Amino acid sequence: MSPRLSALGVVLAVLVAAAFAAEIADRPVVTTTDTTPKAQHPVVRNSHPAPRVQTGITDHAGRPATIACSTCHAIRTPNPANHAGTDLDQFHQGLQFQHGGSTCLSCHDPGNYDNLRLADGRKVAFENSIELCSQCHGPQRRDYDHGAHGGMNGYWDLTRGGRYRNTCIDCHDPHVPKYQAAIPMPHPRDRFQLPTGAIHE
Amino acid sequence: MSDLTRRTVLKAAGATLGATAFAAAIAPLTQWKPAESVDEFLRKHYKELAPDELDAICRRVEAEAKTSRGIDVHVAAPQPIPGVQYGYALNLSICVGCRRCAEACHTENNHDRPSHNSYIRVFELDNGSIDLATGDATYEHPVPAKGKYYMPVQCHHCANAPCTKVCPVEATWKEQDGIVVVDYNWCIGCRYCEAACPYHARRFNWKKPEIPNDEINPDQGYLSNRVRPQGVMEKCTFCLHRTREGRLPACLEACPTGARVFGNLADPDSELRWVLANKRVFILKEDLGTKPTFFYFFDK
Repeated sequence: MSPRLSALGVVLAVLVAAAFAAEIADRPVVTTTDTTPKAQHPVVRNSHPAPRVQTGITDHAGRPATIACSTCHAIRTPNPANHAGTDLDQFHQGLQFQHGGSTCLSCHDPGNYDNLRLADGRKVAFENSIELCSQCHGPQRRDYDHGAHGGMNGYWDLTRGGRYRNTCIDCHDPHVPKYQAAIPMPHPRDRFQLPTGAIHE
Repeated sequence: MSDLTRRTVLKAAGATLGATAFAAAIAPLTQWKPAESVDEFLRKHYKELAPDELDAICRRVEAEAKTSRGIDVHVAAPQPIPGVQYGYALNLSICVGCRRCAEACHTENNHDRPSHNSYIRVFELDNGSIDLATGDATYEHPVPAKGKYYMPVQCHHCANAPCTKVCPVEATWKEQDGIVVVDYNWCIGCRYCEAACPYHARRFNWKKPEIPNDEINPDQGYLSNRVRPQGVMEKCTFCLHRTREGRLPACLEACPTGARVFGNLADPDSELRWVLANKRVFILKEDLGTKPTFFYFFDK
């Protein structure tokens, strides 16, 4: 092979290499993940304070006057046999209750109706009712803690922003916990789901 | 021909190959019109857009919204976050079929109002069945109905996406973070991708989307929810205008039950990875080899 032909070969090889190099340079750069721990924004769980009972009267400023549960319950003797609103002769008679075999005092604290009570006797604030539910519903709590149960909004990336989360009773009425059926939102009107001919009117 | 050695033949073959590659590499030069500047030519044929050029395009889309509709929108082109591979998992055990995800998609992504378009289609199926052909996506009765379960279907952002392969003009592709996108300005509307997608996740704009000005979501992404022109394909983008800023997608935020889990597949500590490691997970139409990054799972 002549030296001239060899030189041409070398030049061509360089050009081809350059073309490939240009293509590689065009590809997006893959950067490795920065592994230094970043500050995490908070995950805030929705909390519901102890309910207040409506009295039907208003105070001097026109605001509805409400009272705490303990206002009445402090002077009444708790009855552990009560299972439902129908067992009662005063108040809460309309209360629907469909929550397995539990009774009022499975959750409510007969020592102080302004908070709740765990099975082992420890008191739980209404704001932390999730701890009470978790006694029986462990798998749901486990899933909740791993972000796989319960509605949320905010950031998937907690290094960029925080997140708000529902708590159990946002969706499950503690007295009737079964998720309630509802009319769905309107469906998209896909062309292929319409009756034949409907799209050619 | 005594000097025709193997060495010579190989050299000649190499030279031919090189010449061909070189010719292919410079082929776009033949389309160079005299009126075109060097920069313009290179941008069209070789260069990836620089941030300021991308910015100029976004400002142009904003200006178009201002002149055509008289409204102020913000169009951004958020880039993939390095080290992030998006994934999505959906819990069939707790999805109640309320379609709030589809509704959130409808409003978030500036969909056509008359057709009530959405990138999500929720199938109602008989318990124990996975035959989508028998599924009903138009149910109107209260949900969840007895004996039924619900399966929302949207783009699976496949690792081996058939839709991107059939595009004749490369107007749809998979981004570095796994999101499959469409450039609405490049799409020619041939609908090959719609036919190629086994999940029926792509939608075609038969007409210009009709949306009242006051209902337009002004927080827009160039590759996601900006108002599409007529005659182009569109699809779920994992709400990249939100998720690339670290926010959750709109469908997840709308889900009342927490059936949707979104996150970074590349992060072993993510909630998504916990689901994949600890739940009964399955892939829709796994036999097709599309390798989705969208998963379904059951609680028990």
